[in-house]
Amino acid sequence: MRTPAVLALLLVLGACSSSATWGWYVIDPRTAQGWTNVKFLFNGMAATIQLSLLAAAISMAVGLLVALPGFSEKRGWRIVNRVYVEFIRAIPLLPMLFWVFYGLPLIFRSMGLNVPIDAFWGAVITLAISDSAFTSEIYRSGIQSIAKGQTEAAQTIGLTRAQTMRYVILPQAIRRILPPLANQFIYIVKMSAFASVIGMQELTRRANELVVTEYRPLEIYTLLIFEYLVLVLVISAGVRWLERRMGSNERG
Amino acid sequence: MPDSAIEMIGVNKWFDDFHVLKNIDLTVAKGEKVVICGPSGSGKSTVVRCINRLERHQKGVIRVDGIELTDDERSIIAIRSEVGMVFQQFNLFPHLSVLDNLTLGPIKARGLSRRDAEDRARQYLDRVRIPEQADKMPGQLSGGQQQRVAIARSLCMEPKVLLFDEPTSALDPEMISEVLDVMIGLAEDGMTMVVVTHEMGFARKVADQMVFMDAGEIVESGPPGPFFEAPKSARCRQFLSQILKH
Repeated sequence: MRTPAVLALLLVLGACSSSATWGWYVIDPRTAQGWTNVKFLFNGMAATIQLSLLAAAISMAVGLLVALPGFSEKRGWRIVNRVYVEFIRAIPLLPMLFWVFYGLPLIFRSMGLNVPIDAFWGAVITLAISDSAFTSEIYRSGIQSIAKGQTEAAQTIGLTRAQTMRYVILPQAIRRILPPLANQFIYIVKMSAFASVIGMQELTRRANELVVTEYRPLEIYTLLIFEYLVLVLVISAGVRWLERRMGSNERG
Repeated sequence: MPDSAIEMIGVNKWFDDFHVLKNIDLTVAKGEKVVICGPSGSGKSTVVRCINRLERHQKGVIRVDGIELTDDERSIIAIRSEVGMVFQQFNLFPHLSVLDNLTLGPIKARGLSRRDAEDRARQYLDRVRIPEQADKMPGQLSGGQQQRVAIARSLCMEPKVLLFDEPTSALDPEMISEVLDVMIGLAEDGMTMVVVTHEMGFARKVADQMVFMDAGEIVESGPPGPFFEAPKSARCRQFLSQILKH
């Protein structure tokens, strides 16, 4: 534990002295140029957050829609669920991003629709769909972890399948679903960096652009990593707070 | 209106290759109390679970209050609305208060107003003698109290028949009698009951008809007097001597 801490400290201290390899001046907020650069980098934060939140929200909704047919008694519905999950899960994020951004507008156009997909929406759609296969599996395992007796008891008091899900299963499953969903959200935040390759002005794109003009990759990418770290730590704290609140409800 | 609450004629069921129910014939008259006993794995729980379609039978006829149980969703819903069930593991909804456990069915399945449903719930909590627990969560109650809440939850649907699947098997000994007392009260009020249990004292007291099952068959059935005093089959005699030994 101590050794890495010392090493990290040395790294930072060494970096502060202006040696040949380190040039923190590019992001030194005390200088005018440094301050401009830092502002430029942090201005990507809002876009990253918007993109991640929107993608996560859509992914959670689509994931649930995809998970539900997996519980159907009809085999056809279960197959729909399996095909979606297996297919989407198999597509790497970057090719899917290219396909959505460069390919999907062509499909729309061939259908006579004029649906422009800009970098933001291309990234949102890709992240959401790609992630929905995983959220769907999270819902499935969470729902399946609720004992069969709960469903049976709900049936014997006359609830329909939909009511059983809504009032009995989901409220219990949500506590088991939340922690892995939070993991997925963190994953989305990190994967949102891929949006930089289609030109979206988020954190990573901004860092790339600054590196091109300043040619200080080490310092700029170090700051970039810490920007993501801050985001993820904030999410973790939020999730722990949410879990505590729900946990105390359950015991009641 | 038919006189029998439940009719099972030649009911058969298989779990894959395993023949769990073999030609079950059982008639339960209105107001009658039937106690089913037998060694574990004899199919006694499965019989009860077939009556409200928690398990699907593959052959034979089951009628509840004259309605035949088929694959038709409507027949299943119609029958479930007349049949209440109490489980070995209580199966209360742990995220809902006792009162909400009781009102969920009446409000969502029967369309009662919250107010009417709560009035009804409190009335049945009185009946199972725990009116003061209405606002607690199930996890705060003892096993015996939870099972009584589960009985009240079934009663809130005002069923014509109550099924009990080993209602006291998961309870500590000192809590068994509080549940049996409630069940005896229901029996005295004329409820039609089918009870799977090993509580032979309870059986002697309330049963109109005893049923002994083994290996998926009804081996012996009849009124409790002769059933306990002079069982006809060797298997039944052996089973009774084992569980009454202590």
